[in-house]
Amino acid sequence: MILDGKAPSGPIENTWDKHRFEMKLVNPANKRKYKVLVVGTGLAGGAAAASLAELGYNVEAFCYQDSARRAHSIAAQGGINAAKNYPNDGDSIFRLFYDTVKGGDFRAREADVWRLSQVSNNIIDQCVAQGVPFARDYAGYLDNRSFGGAQVSRTFYARGQTGQQLLLGAYQAYSRQIKAGGIKEYPRTEMLDLVVVDGVAKGITVRDMVTGEIRSHWGDAVILATGGYVNVFYLSTNAMGCSVTAIWRAAKKGAYFANPCYTQIHPTCIPQSGEHQSKLTLMSESLRNDGRCWVPKRKEDVSKPVSQIPEEDRDYYLERKYPSFGNLAPRDIASRAAKEQCDDGRGVGPGARGVYLDFADSINRLGQSTIAERYGNLFQMYEKITAEDAYEVPMRIYPAPHYSMGGLWVDYNLMSNLPGLFVLGEANFSVHGANRLGASALMQGLADGYFVIPYTIADYLARIKPAAVTTEHPEFKKSLEEVGAQGNKYLSIKGKKTVTEFHRELGKIMWENVGMARSEESLKKALKEIPKLREEFWQNLRLPGGASEVNQQLENAGRVADFLEFGELLAKDALERNESCGGHFRVEHQTEDGEATRDDENYTYVAAWEFKGVGKEPELHKEPLKFENVELAVRSYK
Amino acid sequence: MNLTLHVWRQKNREDKGGLEQYEAKDVSPDMSFLEMLDIVNEDLIKQGREPIVFDHDCREGICGTCSQMINGIAHGPDAEITACQLHMRSFKDGDHIYIEPWRARAFPVLKDLMVDRGALERIIQAYGYISPHTGGVPDGNAILVPKPKADKSMDAAACIGCGACIAACPNASAMLFTAAKVSHLGLLPQGEIEAARRVKAMVKAMDAEGFGNCTNHYECEKACPKGIKVTFISRMNRELMKALPQGER
Repeated sequence: MILDGKAPSGPIENTWDKHRFEMKLVNPANKRKYKVLVVGTGLAGGAAAASLAELGYNVEAFCYQDSARRAHSIAAQGGINAAKNYPNDGDSIFRLFYDTVKGGDFRAREADVWRLSQVSNNIIDQCVAQGVPFARDYAGYLDNRSFGGAQVSRTFYARGQTGQQLLLGAYQAYSRQIKAGGIKEYPRTEMLDLVVVDGVAKGITVRDMVTGEIRSHWGDAVILATGGYVNVFYLSTNAMGCSVTAIWRAAKKGAYFANPCYTQIHPTCIPQSGEHQSKLTLMSESLRNDGRCWVPKRKEDVSKPVSQIPEEDRDYYLERKYPSFGNLAPRDIASRAAKEQCDDGRGVGPGARGVYLDFADSINRLGQSTIAERYGNLFQMYEKITAEDAYEVPMRIYPAPHYSMGGLWVDYNLMSNLPGLFVLGEANFSVHGANRLGASALMQGLADGYFVIPYTIADYLARIKPAAVTTEHPEFKKSLEEVGAQGNKYLSIKGKKTVTEFHRELGKIMWENVGMARSEESLKKALKEIPKLREEFWQNLRLPGGASEVNQQLENAGRVADFLEFGELLAKDALERNESCGGHFRVEHQTEDGEATRDDENYTYVAAWEFKGVGKEPELHKEPLKFENVELAVRSYK
Repeated sequence: MNLTLHVWRQKNREDKGGLEQYEAKDVSPDMSFLEMLDIVNEDLIKQGREPIVFDHDCREGICGTCSQMINGIAHGPDAEITACQLHMRSFKDGDHIYIEPWRARAFPVLKDLMVDRGALERIIQAYGYISPHTGGVPDGNAILVPKPKADKSMDAAACIGCGACIAACPNASAMLFTAAKVSHLGLLPQGEIEAARRVKAMVKAMDAEGFGNCTNHYECEKACPKGIKVTFISRMNRELMKALPQGER
């Protein structure tokens, strides 16, 4: 089937304004008759819940954390983009739009990216009004810095804790609405099913993670803002609880999953130190403003102390390969370049999987105190983990799974193919194409939550009767039974291997075969191994405790069970997409010097997969992508 | 290295609970404290015993979920970090480590090391915000903020809401937590307008939750993983004294 993203036509500059006018509205007095469920309370979900409640809708919000403030948006460090052009360096809405389309390797929908760029400026204003303490200069004006994939300084930041501060802004707006009675919140609650009645999303089934109670909630619309799925690789920069579960269970109920193979491997993370490792820690991309990436030119130098490697024996490989963007090359390109150096035997540190990120030049130029002011908390974080002082010796970094550009398919209104199901932020596939630029995730989450969904959800709600379906409907009873039975099934296996062991094994299959470099051979291997591991899971899982109490192992079992199904789809999508683009790198498709080569003739489309049953072939639906404002071109940062 | 752990185990809110002893073998100094607990838990599961329940999520010191008293110190022996950032190189072979949940009347234990911090949520809900509508706000540069004020506001805003300050305080006082939010917002011109209403509402909510008062022990500052200073408490008290004579409005 050919999918229609329903992007408005006409000159791109007017698309969002025109569409906003054409959409239906819900009368202020009628808004309170509708109930909206919001799952996930990060930037997208928190902002959506607060904004919708403020408009007068009844909102019920759910998160697995003990507080909405702890959603993983909190960990974003570097900043948020906006086309303010405050530094007078040539930025504009069009340039942000252009950079994002190009940065995504021409695999995103133009109109969606335009809208994002257009509302980016409103986001900064909104956050300032909420009391986000952005960095300022001595005259009191907002300060900017640069991020990868852009030649202008358009990134606003709050030290190395921008995500935290933006999330607290959204969380405070959200808390205000709880007080006002607009939001009823359910922390420590995990969504385990989407309830679909006659093809329309009408509710969710959740598990109370304290009492173990399985419960359903009805809503006139359901919003999923549940983040990304790179924990499918086991080790990633995501929080331990991040999972594909909410969107995967929606996919199993009929929502199409788009571009699962677009995963982002972030170039600057602290290298793994051993088998015990439970997660990887990111070092913000902003560090590449002042840090220079290098490895020794000669293999025999890799174990020498840095002080014994003179300048002429160092290979500043990003500056060498990409002179115009240098250390600020986009993430996918910087990650592959790091891997290339290590594959060449010139990696440093334990396991030789690391490159240096060196601040010596900047410290000499600007002084240690300036560097400390810009990145102090990151240097401290690094020191806590590695016991090394990065003011004295260069950091060692290596790429790690960080973000998923793929997600549930949505149209221009952020509604999935299931009417009533909206998907926001990282959980949808929309604006980042095949590669996300730095400081754009925060921008998207808040754009979707504050400035898109409040308009587009009205267009849907205005067309339906409020509270027409409640938990009395038999579909809810069926959902409750299914979810309850699944929990008991995990507990009844009584095998030998723990959930973590299965997760780690899956991660190894995914990282080795579906990671930074993918080939037909490796993907076919993964497609053989994943189902085998999944089968073993259902026969050999060992799960302690019961279902009606706090049981963190049971929570994890559900998430890993979903990763074991979803991982297969990810590999399948990567195999089907027989080209290299952005974060999806097929070794068969590269230039002589290792750059990705796209196949625009055959693959300029969104791949949206329809679930047909576990182990069954999913059905591929395509949404063709048109580029009318940014010319399809080879993406060069040289 | 090999360690002996004494861990607080408590089945649920009502259970009395008590310390139990476990051996942690072959611990690498490069492990984080929580990774060490992961390994102990994997062992327990293999032995058919119940793993230790503890709260954790981001494991990089920013979400504020992890909450353990380690040898009587909130987040353990190192300065300005959370339990997830604590590494085993801070311990030595043969050490005995006592691990307990946050202790405060306002933080009931849910299971083992997991506590209910809903009281902090209710303090924020009382008035831990500025009240602009979504949209319809001025340009970000329309109201200038002096850099020293913005920086100081950021110092306070760095709070991760973990509750270590309360766990460390002999009075289980939430003054540092509340003062951090009052100061983060009150220092900015955008937040000044509601400052008097805010401080009154937040202090009232804090008292209602059963937190104790500040008697200047400074344990909160020492325990704070983000280095938030007690001077914010005096700032809050000043703001409250200015606000109280204005009455209910």
